[in-house]
Amino acid sequence: MSSETHSPVLKHHFDSLDQQRSSEKLGMWMFLVTEVLFFGGLFVAYTAYRMAYPAEFAGVSSKLNVLIAGINTFVLLTSSLTMTLAIRAAQLGQKSGLIRNLLITAALGCTFLGFKAFEYYTDVVEGLVPGKIYAAALASEEHTIPKDLLAEGVSAPRAQLFLSFYYVMTGIHVLHLIIGIGLVSWLLSETFRGNIPPAAYAKVECVSLYWHLVDGIWLFLMPLLYLAGNHTLSQLHF
Amino acid sequence: MSTSAATPVVAFAPTPPEPEAKTNYLNWNYSWQSWLFTIDHKRIGLLYLMSVTIFFVVGGLAAGLVRVNLMSPTGAILDQDSYNKAFTAHGVVMVFFFLIPAVPGVLGNFFIPMMIGAKDLAFPRLNLASWYVYMIGASLAVWAILVGGIETGWTLYPPYSSRSSHSNVIPGVIGVFIAGFSSIMTGLNIIVTVHKMRAPGMSWGRLPLFVWSLYATSLIQLLATPVLAVTLLMLAAERAFGIGIFDPAMDGDPLLFQHLFWFYSHPAVYIMIIPGMGVVNEIIPCFSRKNIFGYKAMAWSVVGIAVVGFIVWAHHMFLAGLSYYSALLFSLLSMLVAVPSAVKVFNWTATLYKGSITFTAPMLYSLAFIVLFTVGGLTGIFLATLGTDIHLHDTYFVVAHFHFVMVGGMVLAYMAGLHFWWPKITGRMYSDWWARLSAMIILVGFFLTFMPQFVLGYHGMPRRYPNYPEEFQILNILSTAGATVLGFGYLLPGVYLPLSLFFGKKATSNPWSATGLEWTTPSPPTMHNFEKTPIVKCGPYEYAIGVDQTGHTLPAIDDDGMAILGTSAPKGGDTTHVV
Repeated sequence: MSSETHSPVLKHHFDSLDQQRSSEKLGMWMFLVTEVLFFGGLFVAYTAYRMAYPAEFAGVSSKLNVLIAGINTFVLLTSSLTMTLAIRAAQLGQKSGLIRNLLITAALGCTFLGFKAFEYYTDVVEGLVPGKIYAAALASEEHTIPKDLLAEGVSAPRAQLFLSFYYVMTGIHVLHLIIGIGLVSWLLSETFRGNIPPAAYAKVECVSLYWHLVDGIWLFLMPLLYLAGNHTLSQLHF
Repeated sequence: MSTSAATPVVAFAPTPPEPEAKTNYLNWNYSWQSWLFTIDHKRIGLLYLMSVTIFFVVGGLAAGLVRVNLMSPTGAILDQDSYNKAFTAHGVVMVFFFLIPAVPGVLGNFFIPMMIGAKDLAFPRLNLASWYVYMIGASLAVWAILVGGIETGWTLYPPYSSRSSHSNVIPGVIGVFIAGFSSIMTGLNIIVTVHKMRAPGMSWGRLPLFVWSLYATSLIQLLATPVLAVTLLMLAAERAFGIGIFDPAMDGDPLLFQHLFWFYSHPAVYIMIIPGMGVVNEIIPCFSRKNIFGYKAMAWSVVGIAVVGFIVWAHHMFLAGLSYYSALLFSLLSMLVAVPSAVKVFNWTATLYKGSITFTAPMLYSLAFIVLFTVGGLTGIFLATLGTDIHLHDTYFVVAHFHFVMVGGMVLAYMAGLHFWWPKITGRMYSDWWARLSAMIILVGFFLTFMPQFVLGYHGMPRRYPNYPEEFQILNILSTAGATVLGFGYLLPGVYLPLSLFFGKKATSNPWSATGLEWTTPSPPTMHNFEKTPIVKCGPYEYAIGVDQTGHTLPAIDDDGMAILGTSAPKGGDTTHVV
């Protein structure tokens, strides 16, 4: 015990490492609670409109690229695994294992971002964009909502509403993922500088909690946005 | 540690000698870096004190503009657009940058660690970050208000705020959005601190009720603020990109904004008032020399208010197009808030009953709080009732109601707390006579300002209108006169409190003979609060048997409620108090 209380990891205002670790974890959990409420507001708004305008939401959803979303789901779930392995490595003091797992996690995060960027590009090419142009474009009938949808009786403003949610929700998620990659990079630099001895493994665990939350939110976004409408096998291409 | 609180203690440890400390948290370093980069919770509390005072003055000046303009039925000094900007400035600044951060930021930061026997909050750097984030957000919003103004009202309802308004809505919204994170950071810090940093023996049942109150407040901050954040984000996105989430012209639903906005902003009124209740919980027992009546009921009622506060938001929207059934339900739920609130008022009264009351300045402010909060709470019932709300909705009756709770309640409690803990914070005593005078002036000015507004509202004067029929002029002039008296009352502490720093006599460590752990430290406290971690042996309000929380006998007090200076202990282990 006495060797632990003199650990360089222990901050001045805590009595023991145990107290410090459990405070850090509780703090992170509390932060995750605020994140859940933050996305909760978006989910409530999304649900209200999806119930009001089911045809438009299903119609535009079926135009989104479900193949990329599927691959990205797999990528992100795998990154959560390597993130957890990183905690284990940190607890055991395996520096090389920690670095390897953090690198893979960050790389998978970047892979997700790359696919997502490509997907945004294809969305823009296909005209699945809301925006300022819309207020005017809707009036002048020059909007870019796909013609086949309009032929099915889908209302352009409501289709735009779905796209607004698509961009706002995935955009905020991407922002969270970028912050997550930043945090993992910070852990990497701390590891290289020898600042993560086994006693300080809680740093890795706190970042991992955040990482899992970002992953978990994607698991809600994916079905809400991509699976609200039907997809055919012929759509499974980039 | 010691869990035998119930077993009677026959002889207590004697009153400890006056603790002496040459260096304290104020004088160990005078450089500006030591203030701007401090991670000491006490200095951060003082940074908050400076900034909320500035924003209180800004918001107060805007209120002055509004009141002066209303002296004439056609608007005395402002055109209609500027009038809209003035009341929006008043609302935004007071709500987001004064009422919400005031007690948690100043008194919470300073005293939560001291009351539970900790060296600091759990995350000192996060605490400093919260002040910077607050300053960035608040400065941005105030800048937006000063350079162009916002004329939407603090509620920012779309589609007016998103489509029609030509004012600085986006910078203002971003400022409030940023300041919200500061509120979340403070709340998170307090929750973790209360859970993890309590001194040995400081069980949940021995926490001072101020700590319970701020714990409940922090829960609301944590759960409600993110919803406001995402709502404002959608509003800003709608205004910037024209995407129409809340715009009926594009098949959006403006009611959805109101639901999301009030899901935060109703609980936010409890973020404002619950810390005030916590302050009063500390002061009433101290100056009645009695244990608080119903400790457990008091602790659970703040948690109860926090929980029930989350399920009443739609009573702001009774006339906005809710269904009958949801209006009925929300009316019923709103009535429920009265139960824990009444528990608190009755328990304060029962605490006062047969107490040895001394009318010091903090006590006068607290008593004024109880009166004004009760009026504010009872008039809320008129607004929670569906039938009467149809008549009173969006009138000056509502304005008077929430000012009674927010200003009469929260601001007076904040003043009470500031006066109660001022000797501890600064190490100096202020002039009690001037402080009592200011409490009385504020009370009189307050009644004169807001009582006429109840009448105005009852007779149908709508809020936010710059013009009114001539027969309302006399009441409006009365109200403005009251606001002038009120402003003068607020000015007095702005003079005698700073003067006390130079001319006030030195405060002892426990000038009110109070029981909390914070009073066992020197005034002002040392850097790390406690020389060694205190061991808590008693509940928080053992005034009846006269011991503080560490089991030491309290100093004797004179007829004015002040601890008798220079007397270390009346008699070692004074058993005459033990009944």
